[in-house]
Amino acid sequence: MAARGGGRPRLCSLLLLLLAALGAEAKNSEDVRCKCICPPYKDHSGRIYNKNVSQKDCDCLHVVEPMPVPGPDVEAYCLRCECKYEERSSVTIKVTIIIYLSILGLLLLYMVYLTLVEPILKRRLFGHSQLIQSDEDIGDHQPFANAHDVLARSRSRANVLNKVEYAQQRWKLQVQEQRKSVFDRHVVLS
Amino acid sequence: MEASADPYSPYDGGGDGIPLRELHKRGTHYTMTNGGSINSSTHLLDLLDEPIPGVGTYDDFHTIDWVREKCKDRERHRRINSRKKESAWEMTKSLYDAWSGWLVVTLTGLASGALAGLIDIAADWMTDLKEGICLSALWFNHEQCCWGSNETTFEERDKCPQWKTWAELIIGQAEGPGSYIMNYIMYIFWALSFAFLAVSLVKVFAPYACGSGIPEIKTILSGFIIRGYLGKWTLMIKTITLVLAVASGLSLGKEGPLVHVACCCGNIFSYLFPKYSTNEAKKREVLSAASAAGVSVAFGAPIGGVLFSLEEVSYYFPLKTLWRSFFAALVAAFVLRSINPFGNSRLVLFYVEYHTPWYLFELLPFILLGVFGGLWGAFFIRANIAWCRRRKSTKFGKYPVLEVIIVAAITAVIAFPNPYTRLNTSELIKELFTDCGPLESSSLCDYRNDMNASKIVDDIPDRPAGTGVYSAIWQLCLALIFKIIMTVFTFGIKVPSGLFIPSMAIGAIAGRIVGIAVEQLAYYHHDWFIFKEWCEVGADCITPGLYAMVGAAACLGGVTRMTVSLVVIVFELTGGLEYIVPLMAAVMTSKWVGDAFGREGIYEAHIRLNGYPFLDAKEEFTHTTLAADVMRPRRSDPPLAVLTQDNMTVEDIENLINETSYNGFPVIMSKESQRLVGFALRRDLTIAIESARKKQEGIVGSSRVCFAQHTPSLPAESPRPLKLRSILDMSPFTVTDHTPMEIVVDIFRKLGLRQCLVTHNGRLLGIITKKDILRHMAQTANQDPASIMFN
Repeated sequence: MAARGGGRPRLCSLLLLLLAALGAEAKNSEDVRCKCICPPYKDHSGRIYNKNVSQKDCDCLHVVEPMPVPGPDVEAYCLRCECKYEERSSVTIKVTIIIYLSILGLLLLYMVYLTLVEPILKRRLFGHSQLIQSDEDIGDHQPFANAHDVLARSRSRANVLNKVEYAQQRWKLQVQEQRKSVFDRHVVLS
Repeated sequence: MEASADPYSPYDGGGDGIPLRELHKRGTHYTMTNGGSINSSTHLLDLLDEPIPGVGTYDDFHTIDWVREKCKDRERHRRINSRKKESAWEMTKSLYDAWSGWLVVTLTGLASGALAGLIDIAADWMTDLKEGICLSALWFNHEQCCWGSNETTFEERDKCPQWKTWAELIIGQAEGPGSYIMNYIMYIFWALSFAFLAVSLVKVFAPYACGSGIPEIKTILSGFIIRGYLGKWTLMIKTITLVLAVASGLSLGKEGPLVHVACCCGNIFSYLFPKYSTNEAKKREVLSAASAAGVSVAFGAPIGGVLFSLEEVSYYFPLKTLWRSFFAALVAAFVLRSINPFGNSRLVLFYVEYHTPWYLFELLPFILLGVFGGLWGAFFIRANIAWCRRRKSTKFGKYPVLEVIIVAAITAVIAFPNPYTRLNTSELIKELFTDCGPLESSSLCDYRNDMNASKIVDDIPDRPAGTGVYSAIWQLCLALIFKIIMTVFTFGIKVPSGLFIPSMAIGAIAGRIVGIAVEQLAYYHHDWFIFKEWCEVGADCITPGLYAMVGAAACLGGVTRMTVSLVVIVFELTGGLEYIVPLMAAVMTSKWVGDAFGREGIYEAHIRLNGYPFLDAKEEFTHTTLAADVMRPRRSDPPLAVLTQDNMTVEDIENLINETSYNGFPVIMSKESQRLVGFALRRDLTIAIESARKKQEGIVGSSRVCFAQHTPSLPAESPRPLKLRSILDMSPFTVTDHTPMEIVVDIFRKLGLRQCLVTHNGRLLGIITKKDILRHMAQTANQDPASIMFN
């Protein structure tokens, strides 16, 4: 399989963005917390306490405020509580979700273009007679059905734009072949 | 005339160079025609030793020749090493060559870790999108939204004002039947739209991105070629649609697809290095390492990943591949851990915090769980294969998009009312693995506590169950039945779907139910013999979470038939190192029970369903047939299609190629002697003849084709001969016709052959290909031999 330039820059940019997000990780002060869970004790119900303290201060005495039990019971109450220090990176989460949604959006737009817009454009440009209708494709709306046609036509001209179109038509042929094997003939990946 | 060895003779890399002095003794066939006028100039041009581009590559859906690829690699290595001392540049080239393996594996580990982090974060967010949205920060899921809030209570740890459910946003009510129905409708809407998006993207951009991927990767690693299966578009679409498929609430996991994603990364990076891009056997070493990295990031289990690659996925696993897999898994785990977006609470996927010991009598319920796992595995494999076969051959398979939408709709409609199925499956497993301490407040932990008990945090004694536990058990039973049925129909639909997490969920549910049952039995009947010895009153005897863990391992082992790698993965997942013996007992039992019903795991069963040419190394062939019974041609077939060494013309060969569909032709010395010279592949012949017709002058249809080292003497006005010795495999493997098939099958497995020639008394008799062997094995096992589809 020849390595086309199209997908590799995509993968590289994705990796770079993710690593940049890691590097630009501002230790957001909202991103650390000490969480103490205290179970029910006598007639006090269970409670959860969150506080933004450093790791050495993450224990019951610093975090549980206001203390619900009077002085002598504090030790017994605190022994039942469990305190954990947690930190997260909200910048990473934000960047990842934005990257994911933008790639998904681009793919959706491209899919809409390929399935709906392109056949309409081609029909207007080339006329009804030139569309290849393949009748062995059942239950499939074949967005790449006229790839053969365009491939033959574009081979005569040679400039950058047509090279891109040629590569795109070749990709479409490949996908059509794959679709036939998987969905129609069920030979692979049943 | 005497001459020393011809300085222009091409180096074959395969045949032995016959010194010129010997040639005269062998007859007139080998007379050198150096002296002739026209022939001497053309002789020089012939022997320029240019490799014809395209020779040595393989067609789609064909098997590679391992021996040839390994020879090519050793050749290349020898050449680089021999030039090493010439200059500093050559030295750097040889160092680069030696280190390129580690570079590829590092890049693969980095990419797998990064992509797995992306998938994890995006899947968590989109799963919660079905329920509501975080208004203060749209990109946070439910847990992260309420992270910094002070309004969470002990009972309702998830409620905070920043997180709004859809009912609150649309109709303004948070409680009540209206909001329940609105939440239900929005849940179904989101699930259906995610599923529809996923299947459309798969269908339009990369149809190979559907399914689990592990059966196909197993076949590819054994030497099959599927072009585009590990390509860029497949990688991108698999990553994007995996998130959508998981988020839509379907009963699938993301572990198998993550192995596919990692192998795609490995394949793409191997194209940057000529050592791996031109050699199919070396590429498969990288793919083995990549699959280890895939499992490592899927579970956070690097050592389990290496063992998984060894046991399940790889075909050949030499020591070098072990080191590379180890390194790849390490790098991938490191990258994933350093991304670590959710804080330290999620480093190990299902971390268990209890260290209570297990008792000897508990081996009985553990073995029972193993039996359940084996039975469920056998049932699932039969049911799923039957459904997939029906989908493959009848009209059910004509509407893949509709099928996905229907499955997603049924799953969403039934899953929403039950709180245990509405949960993300990973979170369900985590809740089931966790033991009930004082800090838990779910209904599963609604035991009747003795408030004055002195023991507080860890060793809570066994307690009687409250009503919450009984209702939780009912819901769990319903969830179990639902998941068992839905997973049969979900595995294999046309979106990326994995099997590990659903099987673990089923096992965890069953295990937890058994654990609670044993716990209550021990509490109410603590005077029975078995309990009296180990379980005193007031002691923390039974840990239901441990039963859930053992059940999960048993079910996963029953369906995939993994052993060592599974135990290692589970204890890396949970951190429960004290519990290795129960895990091993349950996994062993489930494997035995499952094997009693059928020897294949789910992946081998899918390989057989698709007819891939996979020669399983685990099966034994024990029949007493001979090579003569399996070889082709049979008695009723036309005779073997052969090429002669120098008697055929270009046109003869082209006609032979056009008339037959064989993948290779043996080359013999002459039709009378039938003595073997070598083997020529169809693809190589076609490419060589086409390129010779275009590039060399004077090659016409009646030119002689010469496979020997020296052209025969031809009359002066005949057209220029075509020398095709460079594409000939001079060392094909041969067996005699009386070789037992056990040995032949062993040879094919151990050497990775594609075909093997059969001789009788030194003369060529027939040929055995891998497809013939697979068909023969299917026939002797009473399966349908026509189901083997590929070469």
